[in-house]
Amino acid sequence: MPVSAMEIPPQMPTNILVLDAGHGAPKIATENLTVFYGDKPALHDINLDIEPNRVTALIGPSGCGKSTFIRCLNRMNDVVQGCRIEGKVTLDGDNIYAIGQDAVHLRTRVGMVFQKPNPFPKSIYDNVAYGPTIHGMYENSDQRDAIVLRSLDRAGLLDEVKDRLRAPGTSLSGGQQQRLCIARAIAVEPEVILMDEPCSALDPIATARIEELITELKEHYTIVIVTHSMQQAARLSNKTAYFHLGRLVEKGDTETVFSDPQDERTRDYVTGRIG
Amino acid sequence: MTETMESKSRRMASLRKKRYRAERRFRRLGFAAVSVGLIFLTVLFGVVLISGFGAFKQTFIQLDIAVLQGSDNYQGMVKQALRDIFPEVKSRRHKRQLYALVSSGATYQLNARIEAEPDLSGKKISAWFPASDDVDMVIKGRIARDGPAELRRVTDQQLRWIERLENEGRIRTQFNWAFFTSGDSREPELAGIAVATLGTLLSLLVCLVLSFPLGVLTAVYLEEFAPRGRWTEFIEVNINNLAAVPSIVFGLLGLAVFLNVFNLPRSAPLVGGMVLALMTLPTIIIAGRVALNGVPPSVREAALAIGASPLQAVFHHVLPLAMPGVLTGTIIGTARALGESAPLLMIGMVAFVVDLPSTILSPATALPVQVFLWADSPERAFEERTAAAILVLLLLTILMNLAAVLLRKKYEIRW
Repeated sequence: MPVSAMEIPPQMPTNILVLDAGHGAPKIATENLTVFYGDKPALHDINLDIEPNRVTALIGPSGCGKSTFIRCLNRMNDVVQGCRIEGKVTLDGDNIYAIGQDAVHLRTRVGMVFQKPNPFPKSIYDNVAYGPTIHGMYENSDQRDAIVLRSLDRAGLLDEVKDRLRAPGTSLSGGQQQRLCIARAIAVEPEVILMDEPCSALDPIATARIEELITELKEHYTIVIVTHSMQQAARLSNKTAYFHLGRLVEKGDTETVFSDPQDERTRDYVTGRIG
Repeated sequence: MTETMESKSRRMASLRKKRYRAERRFRRLGFAAVSVGLIFLTVLFGVVLISGFGAFKQTFIQLDIAVLQGSDNYQGMVKQALRDIFPEVKSRRHKRQLYALVSSGATYQLNARIEAEPDLSGKKISAWFPASDDVDMVIKGRIARDGPAELRRVTDQQLRWIERLENEGRIRTQFNWAFFTSGDSREPELAGIAVATLGTLLSLLVCLVLSFPLGVLTAVYLEEFAPRGRWTEFIEVNINNLAAVPSIVFGLLGLAVFLNVFNLPRSAPLVGGMVLALMTLPTIIIAGRVALNGVPPSVREAALAIGASPLQAVFHHVLPLAMPGVLTGTIIGTARALGESAPLLMIGMVAFVVDLPSTILSPATALPVQVFLWADSPERAFEERTAAAILVLLLLTILMNLAAVLLRKKYEIRW
């Protein structure tokens, strides 16, 4: 029986709330993560563990900080002007914000897929091959071909594009573009894939395709997904965290959060009363 | 109730009509403005074309030269040939007028030809030599033959000789290659734009080689890497100011720094290019920053998210997308540099240069400066050469803009 957030005894030695104690160490854990944009705090004291090979969904109304949170996990906020981060984010126990940590290397371990499909204005092949190329992940073009084909296959795109790998990535449909972005992300063999509302720009059919893909991908990867669709969170995720006005209000097994939310705000949100 | 509904709809209808009228008025005004602009452009090009076209043709006179063995008195041979055609001319005054029909360049051309073909010596050759600028003007109708004698630089006697030469078929006009192959000269019929064109091209090359990479890298640094703050803002304001600084000030700077401090040679395309680069840099930086700013941030994020370093993200993805804009800015800046004469005057590229510059350190002049020099010359024939040089300058500008359009097209298709 998973331990819900409210049932953690106060004498627990750590302030990290363990979502599922039975699964060993978390892949990513945040400790008192606080983010400021300029002087305004966007996230307060977030403590959240993300388990390996699980899908963790982040839900909450617009502006609640879930995108900010997910971007902290691969330090994409570094490039945002005026963004300041306090607290700790650990990946396999190492603080990724510690001095001397390499954000560039981190992002090869923690890949990201964005809200709007953003393939490079290059060919489908080059889109996928770019990451492995800059990281020197192959020795010859045969190996490169293999990486590209494998990544496209894993992203479920290979059958649709195998005859036109040299066509521009932007010529694909929206859903295909998003899968191309997923292929591009997994080509560099990350351990974690962050997805920031990956289906919000897609139609229901393309969305279903991506969801199917996410379910397949969680075998190999730890996935964190931000979504506005409660149904999507319920369908896809093992764990759910509900954010509200920059605070982490509730976290736990998806089923529990949706069927028996402890916090009133969560209940209002998941039952569709607000948000 | 219906009353107010009616008045409301009437009010809305009249407002709608007003809006349509305003739109039509704006369209008509725009069309008129463009038309006026086109008319001015046509007139400008027309005038330059009409007055400059003559310079592409040059009048030549055929002389039968008896090449004396072992003599290097080529001037004498040319004069003798003229006297052979008009044996009746005896007085010194008339002889001088007769010799003035042929360009003084004929002597050098004969010299060069006999040196190149030594076996001509002792033979009689028939060859075409450039006529003097006055004869040229008469043949082209720029000096009226029937006008009052004091208003033309050609005497009645000379006009009669020209007529006789024409009747004997010894005068013809042909394409003026010398205009494109020779440097400046005091004699209009010998003067050309080769030195000026080459000087301009070399200067532009230096300017581009310096300002393009420097400008683009500056734009990239300022836009993508520099920490935002008071210093960046200060630099930004100053770059914008530099773009508006009169070009002659850059010339003074070049004179003071490049010539006096670094002791670089005067009149050299290297220095000209460096001065023009100073002038072009702000334009390229500003255009580059605007273009980089216009690249959607999603491209940057996409690259960073798969572990590209910020430098890789910019140079592999952002800059290529910004390239059309960067190129446009560069071409605009370079086109301005192409037409610039003031800063070149300050660093001595206003010299009278006859020999083609062999390196970027040898003295040269530039097309706009050549135009300026010729426009100042009293000889009638320089007028059409000025216009012709302007034509070449315009042609270069058009070619450059064409290149910009093509480059932009190429990049747009690629991406």
